[in-house]
Amino acid sequence: MITTAPPAVETKKNYLTEKEGLMSWLLTSDHKRIAILYLIAVVAFFFIGGLFAVLIRLELATPAGDLVDSNTYNKFFTMHGIIMVLFFLIPSIPAILGNFVLPMMIGAKDLAFPKINLLSWYIYMVGGVFTLYVLLSGGVDTGWTFYTPFSSSYSNGYVIAAGLGIFINGFSAILTGLNFIVTVHRMRAPGLTWFRLPLFVWAHYATSMIQVLGTPVIAVTLFLLVLERGLHIGFFDPAYGGDPVLFQHMFWFYSHPAVYIMILPSMGVVTEIITTFCSKKPFGYTFIAFSSVAIAVFGFLVWGHHLFVSSQSVYAGMVFSVLSYIVAIPSAIKVFNWTATMYKGSVRLETPMLYAIGFIGLFTVGGLTGLFLASLGMNVHLTDTYFVIAHFHYVMVGGAIMGFMGGIHYWWPKMFGVMYSQVWSKVAAIIIFMGFNLTFFPQFLLGYMGMPRRYHVYPAEFQVLNVLSSAGASILGVGYMVAFVYLVWSLKFGEKAGPNPWGATTLEWQTSSPPISENFEVTPVVTQEAYTYTSEEVVHVV
Amino acid sequence: MSSTATPLDQTPVARHHFENLEQQKDASTIGMWVFLITEIMFFGGLFMAYFAYRQAYPAAFASASNKTNLLIGAFNTTVLICSSLTMALAVRAAATGKKNLIVLFLILTLLLGGAFLGVKAYEYHDKWVHHEVPGAHFECEGCQDAGHTPLFFALYFGMTGLHASHMIIGFFILVYLIRQAGKGAYTPKWFTPVEMFGLYWHFVDIVWIFLFPLLYLIDRSGAAK
Amino acid sequence: MAHDHNTGGQDENLTEHHSEHIVPIGIYIAVFLALIVLTWVTSGVATLDLGRLNIFVALSIAIFKASLVLLFFMHLKWATRLTKMIVMSGIYWLILLLFIVMMDLWTRGWMGVPGR
Repeated sequence: MITTAPPAVETKKNYLTEKEGLMSWLLTSDHKRIAILYLIAVVAFFFIGGLFAVLIRLELATPAGDLVDSNTYNKFFTMHGIIMVLFFLIPSIPAILGNFVLPMMIGAKDLAFPKINLLSWYIYMVGGVFTLYVLLSGGVDTGWTFYTPFSSSYSNGYVIAAGLGIFINGFSAILTGLNFIVTVHRMRAPGLTWFRLPLFVWAHYATSMIQVLGTPVIAVTLFLLVLERGLHIGFFDPAYGGDPVLFQHMFWFYSHPAVYIMILPSMGVVTEIITTFCSKKPFGYTFIAFSSVAIAVFGFLVWGHHLFVSSQSVYAGMVFSVLSYIVAIPSAIKVFNWTATMYKGSVRLETPMLYAIGFIGLFTVGGLTGLFLASLGMNVHLTDTYFVIAHFHYVMVGGAIMGFMGGIHYWWPKMFGVMYSQVWSKVAAIIIFMGFNLTFFPQFLLGYMGMPRRYHVYPAEFQVLNVLSSAGASILGVGYMVAFVYLVWSLKFGEKAGPNPWGATTLEWQTSSPPISENFEVTPVVTQEAYTYTSEEVVHVV
Repeated sequence: MSSTATPLDQTPVARHHFENLEQQKDASTIGMWVFLITEIMFFGGLFMAYFAYRQAYPAAFASASNKTNLLIGAFNTTVLICSSLTMALAVRAAATGKKNLIVLFLILTLLLGGAFLGVKAYEYHDKWVHHEVPGAHFECEGCQDAGHTPLFFALYFGMTGLHASHMIIGFFILVYLIRQAGKGAYTPKWFTPVEMFGLYWHFVDIVWIFLFPLLYLIDRSGAAK
Repeated sequence: MAHDHNTGGQDENLTEHHSEHIVPIGIYIAVFLALIVLTWVTSGVATLDLGRLNIFVALSIAIFKASLVLLFFMHLKWATRLTKMIVMSGIYWLILLLFIVMMDLWTRGWMGVPGR
């Protein structure tokens, strides 16, 4: 049930009102304000990336290349990929929800290194500026994967600037990960042992492990690419004795674990939402916690499945294939955990729950189709087709973004002290779910039938499915726009929300909405296991 | 680095989001170690490229490696190890409250680091003069499999260059630390910046401990200089 | 604010905080001398023709030298378990990167498929 606070005594300043003025935001060290700064920037990039999606789907509504030529189309999908993966998905949940909620969930006043947190945001913005520069100068056309030697020697796009933008952005991610790791180790409230932590925290800890160990490798790889292109030094160009497959190895060593950076926080959000809206502690807490870490660790062992059709050795391909099947197991475990949590729970279908349930279904489809791709034989047939595109959009949009939307809707009252329209939010969730499936399900069929990715033309017999997909994309876009509108509207006109409108048990709900700058009046002392739902109020020292 | 520094006679206080100084020191230490492992992976990418290409073109790498000066490399390695010793002694001086020794050892570290970079600059210049810098005028005189030797030199400059840039950053931090130490900011109760920088400096030393054999010591038998 | 370090909240034994441990100068000097000697040893051994063993010896010496710096100069010997785990995972991940990529390069041709 949603409770609204009584027309209350609002003399107490919260983190939004305590200091005023632009500089108090730009020089803040408050993790909550930094989260808001990220929210604005990340959402802006989402819409820019979405714009490219619109252009792609517009072109693909007809078989002929009648909207743009192939070079321009190459730039569309490259910019779409770079912006969506690196400037939207990777930071989305950790930098916004993680930053805002994680310290509160562990009863801390802030992250371990608040100024480094702000620095992370600035670094992200600088990386973003480079990317915008690339965009405005004419774009880059190599695909977000930057495969050599096209990217190092033949492309006419702004490869160096794009590479530098991503390189810089990487440091933002590394510092955020570092901050989270130290925070979880050293800033927990008294009594908060590891196995009393909310699973959202476990998810972010695992994510941070990946950020810290993987991102430096993509950084140095792009650095070498920039050197090669700028100074014609042949690291990856066969003309100089370089090995393009080495580039692919180094690129995917990060970029595969990167997908787990995108999904693990989302899984953490989903666990929190399902628990709250079933008023039931998660089934198999320990399994969920350990599977998060297992995904982070095993996720580093499978990158070769992106190289199955390269000259990577068949032997290595076999090893990577087996490992890729194994890495699916911890994810599958979570799906069982979530559904078991819902069983005999007291399910409330509020908006965040709609997104969480949607996540479970769509992520399962995305994950299972990953197994098709993990098979060496099938991969030869499916690679570089629309099957791959459908697979990763199911996990990244149907999975990660649904989790993001669910999380935004779940923590919105906490962050801003207001509640959005329940009707419109549920309508938007359903529009998004339907639009998403209409966009991407046809793409599985297209890929299976052989339509290649990254082409702006296709045989006429594929048109019906493409038109369905483009129609779906417009519905999906409408859904996101509606969400944007009512959320922004709620900031000014939404009903005031109380400290715990959803009846959740984690620590952030035991303090005011919006929180005061120090988060808690008195540092909480934790005496119970996580997710203790009892008939009386759970008592915490607040 | 942190505004916790206070004159010698005052007790340092933790930043507001920490419960106590112990927690702050601990967080800093873990933070620095986590940063260092990101550096391991960062340099690691270059080591990856090195191993891949050395395995592919052993003759080219051997010939090219022999173009480096073994004695100068060994000398430079020694210099850097000395600077690690002086850095460790600087941290120890801070822990034992010997303000003048902190300054002395930090200055020695700076000088030794400067010597290393000076020698490196000489080596780079030497390579430039002998056309051993990859690019339009590259030439590896008397090298086997000469077509692939630019890869070695690209990695040589890339790896030692990245290492040197880490040392240059260290330089600036050392200057700051020397100034602060001179003002008595570091006491046995709180000398975290010195300690943290020590970890960084030792890490940079460790990178060189690997770079030296990998770049200078390939197939030196019969080619001792 | 009183904390009982042993009941959650903070990790492990903060009481064995390494900064309270002053390393005797003798140990530093001994490690320093070992590093210098090993540097000259590795340089000397490199001039001998040991065939495939050369790189193995050079890397072993380098790993030993690095361990000395880690354990004694960087105080890892007296550090908390968490710190040791962080370092181990960094080294482990580097080894993962190197070995798995080399696995590809070393096993080309094993399965009899042309070119792979």
